[in-house]
Amino acid sequence: MSQRQSMLPGFGLSLGVTVLAISLLVMIPLLALVTRSAELGLGGIWQTLADRRVMAAFRVSFSTAFAAALLNLFMGLVVAWVLVRYPLPCKRLWDSLIDLPFALPTAVAGIVLTTLYAPNGWLGRWFAEFGLQVAFTPLGITIALIFIGLPFVVRTVEPILQDLDRQQEEASTSLGASRWQTFRRVLLPPLVPALLTGFSLAFARGLGEYGSVIFIAGNMPMKSEIVPLLIVTKLEQYNYPGATVIALASLVVAFVMLLVVNGLQQWTRKRTGRE
Amino acid sequence: MPTLKTAALTGALGLSAVMPLAAHAEEIQLLNASYDPTRELYQDYNTLFSQWYEKQTGDSVTVEQSHGGSGGQSRSVIDGLPADVVTLALGYDIDAIADRTGKIPEDWQRAFPHHSAPYTSTIVFLVRKGNPKHIQDWDDLTKPGIEVITPNPKTSGGARWNFLAAWVAVLKRELGDLGKLDDPQYADDVASAQAAARQYVATLYQHVPVLDSGARGATNTFVQRGLGDVLLAWENEAFLATEELGEDQFDIVVPAVSILTEPPVAVVSGNIERKGDSAREAASAYLEHLYSPEAQKLIAANYYRPIAPQAADPEDIARFPDLELHTIDEIFGGWREAQATYFDDGGVFDTIYQP
Amino acid sequence: MNTTISIASRPAPRHPDAGSVPWVRYGLSALALAILGLFLILPLVAVLAEAFREGWQAYLDAITDRYTRHAMLLTLITALICVPLNTLFGIAAAWCIARFQFPGRSLLTTLIDLPFSVSPVIAGLVFILIFGSQGWFGGWFTTHGFPVIFALPGIVLATLFVTLPFVARELIPLMQAQGAEQEEASIMLGASAWRMFWTITLPRIKWGLLYGVILCNARAMGEFGAVSVVSGHIRGATNTLPLHVEILYNEYQFSAAFAVATLLAGLAIVTLVLKSIIEWRQQRQWENASP
Repeated sequence: MSQRQSMLPGFGLSLGVTVLAISLLVMIPLLALVTRSAELGLGGIWQTLADRRVMAAFRVSFSTAFAAALLNLFMGLVVAWVLVRYPLPCKRLWDSLIDLPFALPTAVAGIVLTTLYAPNGWLGRWFAEFGLQVAFTPLGITIALIFIGLPFVVRTVEPILQDLDRQQEEASTSLGASRWQTFRRVLLPPLVPALLTGFSLAFARGLGEYGSVIFIAGNMPMKSEIVPLLIVTKLEQYNYPGATVIALASLVVAFVMLLVVNGLQQWTRKRTGRE
Repeated sequence: MPTLKTAALTGALGLSAVMPLAAHAEEIQLLNASYDPTRELYQDYNTLFSQWYEKQTGDSVTVEQSHGGSGGQSRSVIDGLPADVVTLALGYDIDAIADRTGKIPEDWQRAFPHHSAPYTSTIVFLVRKGNPKHIQDWDDLTKPGIEVITPNPKTSGGARWNFLAAWVAVLKRELGDLGKLDDPQYADDVASAQAAARQYVATLYQHVPVLDSGARGATNTFVQRGLGDVLLAWENEAFLATEELGEDQFDIVVPAVSILTEPPVAVVSGNIERKGDSAREAASAYLEHLYSPEAQKLIAANYYRPIAPQAADPEDIARFPDLELHTIDEIFGGWREAQATYFDDGGVFDTIYQP
Repeated sequence: MNTTISIASRPAPRHPDAGSVPWVRYGLSALALAILGLFLILPLVAVLAEAFREGWQAYLDAITDRYTRHAMLLTLITALICVPLNTLFGIAAAWCIARFQFPGRSLLTTLIDLPFSVSPVIAGLVFILIFGSQGWFGGWFTTHGFPVIFALPGIVLATLFVTLPFVARELIPLMQAQGAEQEEASIMLGASAWRMFWTITLPRIKWGLLYGVILCNARAMGEFGAVSVVSGHIRGATNTLPLHVEILYNEYQFSAAFAVATLLAGLAIVTLVLKSIIEWRQQRQWENASP
């Protein structure tokens, strides 16, 4: 490695550019967040976070993001499985479509999902028949987060599925294992790290999502108010310390999620021998 | 530099035959930071004003608009939104700018006539066509099974008016004569009336299924998403909703008692200074011209109650129902006090709001 | 975070699962198509249906409106500033992370990823804390006639923050997989750094680079949360296309809002098409990269 370092040019320049950009765009802004929160002292930070409404917002954000990520875990696995294993008409088209939530601006997703799931919308009307209200409830938030998070699971599971050794499956079946046993014993274990990675990515994204959620959420304090919205609300009430502290708390959560994802990805690489 | 304006005027009057007017005229850009329901009003008014001002001075003024929840807009100006004039939902949001930035003088309410409120409105109910839930007055809102749509008083100006309108209505019901409020002789009655108001408002918010951050969001929820049985709304917003989205869908119900809402205007001196004298004059004229007969006529056409109704189209005026209206100064001692008592963190709203 | 996504982009090989029972196969296929239809196709169809609800003329009026055109312009300008800057950043970051070992390398990688998992609202908030009138430098910038917040610089900063990782996260795994041998060879043979970059590095990463650029561009044009906090929503001045959608939506102009939304949905579809084309090329590149 040290040999390589001396041989290739541009280390100083590229590192300089990277560190400069990271400092200006990420470090200094986040430092501002930390110092502004620190002005309150630990007591003040705790007081802000222990507020009923703040706790409720974290609860709403965590539970909806978790529910959405969990549903995406199953739906993403099914979609990935079908895309990899089964013949489908226009498969390429379906496959590219998976990334739509990455490419579609969140505001557009927000207004269109609200239109679909509102009590008088195309789908909401149908749900209303069963007395189920989707838009403006935590259920609506979950729907928006499912939309946002679906590609994460599909895209992390797909490559692993492609690389799976078919012979093991066939061997397992020929040795008399049932389909379910084959799935559980042979297929699932190598998929677990990828599934967990996809789950964590979808979960992390769900915790921070704003644009698509605010239209459909109903924004009721204590019931359907998500953390990012609470930050904006605090900001609009001139409550800078409050907004900053909540932002810092969710930043810490994001950072932890990131560490989890990185750990999982390393695990995946080890398990699959990739890289 | 009044000389500039004089020069422009001379140009317009004397030299226009010789020289093109534009040679003297200035191009001025103003930014008006306003609250949600005024979008349509200022769209019309900006055109009216630009034409009038160009005729008067030769200067061409383009007014840009920024709209949002009143509290949020005030916050933006505090954070540095370069608004030259603010036209917000309530006085406190302008006070906040004055207090926190000094960009607006403390006594801004004296800068223009009628406490700097060129139009007023009130809070009424918008219900579904035919009024299927038979909502007639404030007491009907807290009946079982009624869902009320109103935005979040922490961020929305309109919502704070809604809250206070409900409060006034209960005081009136309990006391009969609101003159008793300031009469020490009735202190006990007043105290129990205030307690009743608190109880009523607490119950009212238990009937609210969605708490939007701005008045516009709340209207959308009620009108477009079909949620709730009654929308507490600005009168102008209620009229606009019925006009824009179909008169066959909604009815306006006017309660017996409500609050007189006075959305005020102010020049943000701290921001306009940098733009020079002619811009400052234009900003001042922009707000002052709101009081002119032609602007008052436009105001009435946009469903706001003009303060000079004689200038408006009688047909427009006839649309405004008669009801008993009380001002915030009279009942709550002004916006600063009302804000501190009811809406600041730890205030009455925080203690009664139990979703 | 995008690592897996780019690797995943290799299209599935076309061989049906011979051993599966038909009803399982059809059942699962139907379920997958139902999920895709419900969550992906239906929203797209709904955008179009709502946009054309009032007919072609209303649609054309909405997308040629003065404010819509200005919002389009602002969105394009923002993307034109942010995408090249983040492309340069991405190349620099990938070069030093994939080609060199140095202390703090994994920390740097994590920091590059951070904007992905931070709520966009926080991205906006931090710039207000720094450049708002009440912030660290806000007063200074404003009095010197260079407003940052509620003006183009603020929108650009917020967008730069949220789009920072896209190119870097695409290139780092690609360059790591490719290895440094060819570049080392060219340097040993006496090529200048510049020449090595243009003749060896760039051609080998171009599809991955383009892929990152396209994703970066889609996000830059579509960002809502972060920009919403710093924009000030001034019509015809600081209103980007996604914010304009929200404004129209709040003005009861639902059809117009959806009409403008079709522009952004169109952008998304163009992005997906370009992505598929690039994936196809990239797949070959990957196959060449990993022996």
